[in-house]
Amino acid sequence: MKRKGLLLAVFSALLVLLTGCNSLAVLNPKGPVAKTQSNVIIFSMLVMALILLVVYVLYIFMLTKYRASKAAPDYEPPHVEGSKWLEFTWIAIPVVIVTILSVVTVRTTNALDKVPAGYEDQKPLVIYASSSNWKWHFSYPEEGIETVNYVNIPTNRPIEFRLYSYGPITSFWVPQLGGQKYAMSDMVTKLDLVAEHEGSFIGKNSNFSGKGFADMEFEVLAMSNAKYGEWVNEVKNTAAPLTEEQFNSLLDTAKVGRQTYSSTHLEFSPAPEGEHAGHNHGGGSDDNSQMDHSDMDMNMDHSDTKDDGAEHASHGN
Amino acid sequence: MKWDEFFVTGEPMIYGAMVSIVVASLAIVIGLTYFKKWGYLWREWLTTVDHKRIGIMYIISALLMLFRGGVDALLMRSQLAIPENGLLDAQHYNEIFTTHGVIMILFMAMPFIIGLMNVVVPLQIGARDVAFPRLNAVSFWLFFAGAMLFNLSFVIGGSPDAGWTAYFPLASNEFSPSVGMNYYSIAIQIAGIGTLMTGVNFIATILKMRAPGMKLMKMPMFTWSVLITCVIILFAFPVLTVALALMMFDRMFGSQFFTMANGGMDMLWANLFWVWGHPEVYIVILPAFGIFSEVIATFSRKNLYGYSSMVGSMVIISLLSFLVWAHHFYTMGHGAMVNGVFSITTMLIAVPTGVKIFNWLLTLHKGKIEFTTPMLYSLAFIPIFTIGGVTGVMLAMASADYQYHNTMFLVAHFHYVLIPGTVFAVIAGFYYWFPKLFGFRLNERQGKLAFWVIAISFNVTFLPLFLLGLNGMTRRMYTYSADTGFGPLNMIATIGAFGLAIGFIILVYNIYWSFRYAPRETNGDPWNARTLEWSTHSPIPDYNFAIVPTVQGRDPFWEHKKGGHQLYKGNYEEIHMPNNSGQPVILGGIFFFFGFAMIFGWWIPAIIGGLGVIVMLAVRSFERDHGHHIPVREIEETEARLRGEQA
Repeated sequence: MKRKGLLLAVFSALLVLLTGCNSLAVLNPKGPVAKTQSNVIIFSMLVMALILLVVYVLYIFMLTKYRASKAAPDYEPPHVEGSKWLEFTWIAIPVVIVTILSVVTVRTTNALDKVPAGYEDQKPLVIYASSSNWKWHFSYPEEGIETVNYVNIPTNRPIEFRLYSYGPITSFWVPQLGGQKYAMSDMVTKLDLVAEHEGSFIGKNSNFSGKGFADMEFEVLAMSNAKYGEWVNEVKNTAAPLTEEQFNSLLDTAKVGRQTYSSTHLEFSPAPEGEHAGHNHGGGSDDNSQMDHSDMDMNMDHSDTKDDGAEHASHGN
Repeated sequence: MKWDEFFVTGEPMIYGAMVSIVVASLAIVIGLTYFKKWGYLWREWLTTVDHKRIGIMYIISALLMLFRGGVDALLMRSQLAIPENGLLDAQHYNEIFTTHGVIMILFMAMPFIIGLMNVVVPLQIGARDVAFPRLNAVSFWLFFAGAMLFNLSFVIGGSPDAGWTAYFPLASNEFSPSVGMNYYSIAIQIAGIGTLMTGVNFIATILKMRAPGMKLMKMPMFTWSVLITCVIILFAFPVLTVALALMMFDRMFGSQFFTMANGGMDMLWANLFWVWGHPEVYIVILPAFGIFSEVIATFSRKNLYGYSSMVGSMVIISLLSFLVWAHHFYTMGHGAMVNGVFSITTMLIAVPTGVKIFNWLLTLHKGKIEFTTPMLYSLAFIPIFTIGGVTGVMLAMASADYQYHNTMFLVAHFHYVLIPGTVFAVIAGFYYWFPKLFGFRLNERQGKLAFWVIAISFNVTFLPLFLLGLNGMTRRMYTYSADTGFGPLNMIATIGAFGLAIGFIILVYNIYWSFRYAPRETNGDPWNARTLEWSTHSPIPDYNFAIVPTVQGRDPFWEHKKGGHQLYKGNYEEIHMPNNSGQPVILGGIFFFFGFAMIFGWWIPAIIGGLGVIVMLAVRSFERDHGHHIPVREIEETEARLRGEQA
């Protein structure tokens, strides 16, 4: 009976998992990317629940029916080698399930690699998000502004986050807008997100990066296009520009609060992409894939700039 | 270097640990001297080359490490129980989750599995020892030296704090300047060499030393699982060796393999680590499958269902285990194509694993199921591990994994695989084979109580973590604010963790109680089991089998008991056995010294230690040791005594 109680607990927990969806960040999407992922997750949960059901029914059946205490004292279990047909069945059915899941995975993974469907005709807003020692820098090259530890974005417009790091590998994650990607020191990764609802969403680094890791949260504030324009103008008119000196001292500091500047650090400390990239991973970035090995020597020269940044980042320890 | 840099200072808990280490060491030394047990310890244990005793030493070490890693876990769970908790600071928490991971995987799960392997495999195949008995002892002492070195870090010099995955550049000197990561690279390296030698040793043993008539497809399932595991070890561990060596060069000799500057490549570490790390998961899970197969067949009173597909599925799992490593970093920015391929190979592992689950269920079919303690763990494994398996498939889907990656969902998943898989298996195996080693059973009532406490607490601990992950809680964060809403579920998980601790304490009490009070058995076959190891006496004589058995079927002892087949034919003959040797333990000691000097960059002692290793190898190569023979008369006496006839 205890065993059944346990199973019941497991089942009811699964039910909670499925019904309590809306209160969980990942299953409460506010944009098409997170929506796709949430759909994949719920679909896979249903398929998995089906598999669990089959296993559990068989399991309970075997355990209740074939207990020694129920069998006659002289009962001798038969010698059974196996059954080709049964074994074929439980190879074939999982293969079918895996095939279905594979199709879903490959299609959605491909879709997530691009600008979300329905937004292809818009020019994405490029925002560089770089991490240094437990803070996030957001550079808006088009607007010529930069923020630290918060990022404001317009709704219903694709945002192309370009991610890199001035230190350990970090992972840029805004659960309600979409899954994460790594930010690394020697290459730029891209993450396309769209917010379809106005509101404030929590973003964070999800890859352990040292002592201050737990505090590496930032706010993503999604606002209408008009409000976004107002904000950009306000920043341009009121905030001071970011000098190289200021940026370096910022890198030196372990943690800071929110900051706003009317210029970006990209001019004097460019992102590791294109000619500034450390390595070519062929990860879908056009800039990278066109690079060949004859460029390598050139890269070495440019890597000096990046090393400076790395050195500064380490002072913060 | 100053003393306060050498010893870890400033933490009351650490001072407590230092005092308890000193007190415990003194107590052991004084106790051994007082009871005049030094000679006994040296002759019977430290110098032994007997696979059974080496196995027992592995298991004792693993149990100790289970408690070390368990205390780490309790500290972590206590810290996370409430928001903004101040029990541990960030640095301390980071060290604890790093050592928890390393210790549980490398110094608990692996040695426990290898310990059972050592005890059981030669017996199951009707052999008198492993192929290279002394190498086996060297393997153990290298593992032990590595484990002790790693544990020393928390009082001397500081523990590693970059996570058990030690991702670069975080693990480089630049971001981890203490000696902690040096401990990581050296201690694991030393233990890893031991593991690699175990792999070689057991492949040779299983391929060359089976009893007459035991064809490959007649081997017991546990032996099969060990054979496949050892092949994985043989291919995976050299990768770890290389990765750790490169790490050591980076940290100690200024090379730039994984650094941020001068062409170093942090992703290279991640790739090398997981090319070893993913097969490693199967190194600790496949033998567990073997153990469950033995236990479920025995206590269903049936032969294992679908033997050939069980073997086939393990072979396929072992191949696939090398083709999935990139699923650990779908988010590293490789394109959809790469992620798609690794998604498919990863999900495919579910197919052979499913085959095994259904075969176990059909083994129960029409059986006569007895709910002994080892059987309870094996049965509980099926539903719990299936949850771990299906969440693994969910994680394998790259598009969805962007949301799970590095979250508590992942933490829940791998605990749902590793605890019912490996931990339940080693406990099941421990209860199952215990009477073979010591001649009496562990108490069943206490065993069942511990089981229920452990099984229920396990789910209370880890089920909430799935939800926490989906709600955006990342792993390895030492604290969180109250408005995240993570508090209540974390509290439930922490309560579960303490339940688990109580379960393990009952388990240890059970061992103590049974040593004192459990009735001794004269019959070597307390479970009415099926395979060869049960056909010899308990406790087992040095030479395992007085006469080498001959085998016909897959369950030779069962067939023998049913009156079909005579296992032991012929008369006693002289038995050749290897001699004990002090060299392995001395070599382990030298490696420990060498490793310790390396970690602190004390080059002269390190060179002396390195030369010591070479000298030991040279000494061994000049030694003439042909072992010894046990005369027929002595065998007759031993056998009579073990049968209970007083000579």
